[in-house]
Amino acid sequence: METEILKNNSTISMYAELEAYQEIYGNQFPEIAGARIDALNVFRNTGIPTTKHEEWKYVNFSFLSKQSYKLQGQNSVFNLTAGDVEKYKLSANSFSVVVENGNFNINASNVTGLPKGLTIGTFSALGNDARVVKHLLNHADYKQEPFVAQNTAIFYDPIVIIADKNAVCPNDIQVIIISDAKEQALLIPIRILVIAEPGSEISILETYHSMESSAAVFVNAVSEVVIQENAKVNYIKLQNEELNVSHVNFHQVNMAKNSNHHITTISLGGSLVRNNLHIRLDDINCSTYLNGLYIADGNQLMDNHSLVDHAMPNCYSNELYKGIIGGDATGVFNGKIFVRKDAQKTNAYQSNKNILLSDNASMNAKPQLEIFADDVKCSHGATIGQIDEEALFYLRARGIGEASARALLNHAFAADVIDQIPDEQVKDKLLEIISEKLNAINN
Amino acid sequence: MLSIKDLKASVEEKQILNGLSLDVKPGEVHAIMGPNGSGKSTLASVLAGREEYEVQGGEVTFNGQDLLEMSPEDRARAGVFLAFQYPVEIPGVSNANFLKTAVNEVRKSKGEEVLDSKQFLKLMQEKMKLVEMDKTMTQRSVNEGFSGGEKKRNEIFQMAMLEPQLAILDETDSGLDIDALRIVSNGVNALRDGKRSFVVITHYQRLLDYIVPDFVHVLYKGRIVKTGTKELALELEEKGYDWIKDEVDATINA
Repeated sequence: METEILKNNSTISMYAELEAYQEIYGNQFPEIAGARIDALNVFRNTGIPTTKHEEWKYVNFSFLSKQSYKLQGQNSVFNLTAGDVEKYKLSANSFSVVVENGNFNINASNVTGLPKGLTIGTFSALGNDARVVKHLLNHADYKQEPFVAQNTAIFYDPIVIIADKNAVCPNDIQVIIISDAKEQALLIPIRILVIAEPGSEISILETYHSMESSAAVFVNAVSEVVIQENAKVNYIKLQNEELNVSHVNFHQVNMAKNSNHHITTISLGGSLVRNNLHIRLDDINCSTYLNGLYIADGNQLMDNHSLVDHAMPNCYSNELYKGIIGGDATGVFNGKIFVRKDAQKTNAYQSNKNILLSDNASMNAKPQLEIFADDVKCSHGATIGQIDEEALFYLRARGIGEASARALLNHAFAADVIDQIPDEQVKDKLLEIISEKLNAINN
Repeated sequence: MLSIKDLKASVEEKQILNGLSLDVKPGEVHAIMGPNGSGKSTLASVLAGREEYEVQGGEVTFNGQDLLEMSPEDRARAGVFLAFQYPVEIPGVSNANFLKTAVNEVRKSKGEEVLDSKQFLKLMQEKMKLVEMDKTMTQRSVNEGFSGGEKKRNEIFQMAMLEPQLAILDETDSGLDIDALRIVSNGVNALRDGKRSFVVITHYQRLLDYIVPDFVHVLYKGRIVKTGTKELALELEEKGYDWIKDEVDATINA
């Protein structure tokens, strides 16, 4: 696919910045050094996508060339303590991995007393584990995706989470990712690898936050999640950064035979959020739920692209994305279900529902089905509407003020997505965070 | 308590109320009857504050306050309750959560302390008995998947929770079978305490066997054209509305 290349001084300096980084750290991981040089070349050749590119139609990255974004590198001085990150926790008994400006801050984290069979660490610490080398870089394809290429070229020290065969982790593992740009605009690469070995069960919360600051931050995150036979993975992805942050992420999930996967992506913060979720159902009898909620106001842009790739027979996928768009904000949903020739007896469902709260809010929904098998059940639907005026009047007629009534209705609309999250504690905390955002919109 | 003087109102540029006057004193039950299209539901909508209804003239005061100037929520907080003819389904909002929000907003507006979960639950359990309400109904989303009878019971339940001074029942009997009618009426009668007033809008006399009114008014062409006691309702049941229509039309044409 052709991609327009942005060429001006700042982008050139950006490539120089990436090259300089590779000079220093390129040989840090010898096993993948060649691939990382290749990735940088891919990124230089494809460039940053522009709005002329069909897949990036609504995302204007011109801000990236207006100033230079520095890579802070791996020499971070950490400011955050365990106490500082407490407020970001979605459940009380979780293990936590704190990533501050792209680097693992072990002192603020809680990774002691891990249950047997659960490993949490960085690539540099776990790099001689054959499983890690086998899977890192092998799922998210940098040759196809410019931002995956950028990330692959310059990621710091990836976070690795492994559940051994039949290991069941009863506690959530929360990766708390915080950016804190003081004066200089920062490009922060985040790389995460999750391996759920056969028969294992884990629950991961990947949450993004930022300290309020005037300097801009561009987060480029790539997660690779490998779910092996009979394994079960629950995943929450939350973006709740301040408006100085722009955020692009690729989340690649690969599912083996009889595996189960449930992911909920919640986008609330950031001035620009682009989520790319690719799930490949790579063997028979897999089941995946992918739910999403995005609430945008002001000038926020929230763009969700998903691809559910049914490669093998007898699999099930169910996708529900809901959006609430107010102010001058823009929402995008582009959901593709791909059913390959071999994927007979596929059940694949997709639904996208949106509420626009103002005249200037806009929503672009594009559901896509591509089916090459002949014995499948697939459906998709998209709606864009407004708040139910009858319901609003009903609530007001019972003494509930207009602003509260609107918040109550919006909350109910959103709660539908959150209700499907299996963990009660996480669910309650998320509902609280969502209420805060909804109340802020209405006031 | 409620005073309506020469009220004129229209919806979608069609004049429906043509100078309606009505006085309701504390503790009174007024029935408003009338043929289809006479303006019964318009009256209920105007009193509750639906924005699509436009008031062209006249005045409505509630305890001396100008009701028409108030927002729907302020009317409810002041003590006016409308039982909807068609209660709205609100998916995702539980009945209990909805009522807790409503009860506490009303309390706050009066400067009263809000109820905590325990106090609210106690109040709810007490009022549920009035309309023979099942506990599961309070946990379900507001009116979602409720039968016609359950929806109307839920209206009376909400009324019991909010304890208004004036309740307007808009065709609460429509779509009810005899058992549901009995339950709903018992609920209403239990709330008659000599101070609370009711305006019962109905098409049929049947409801008035259960909720016995002090006054019966006949609404026709947007005006009250006849007022009597409960015997008037029986007469209407027997003779229909035509004789009143003829009487009124004769007066107009004369």
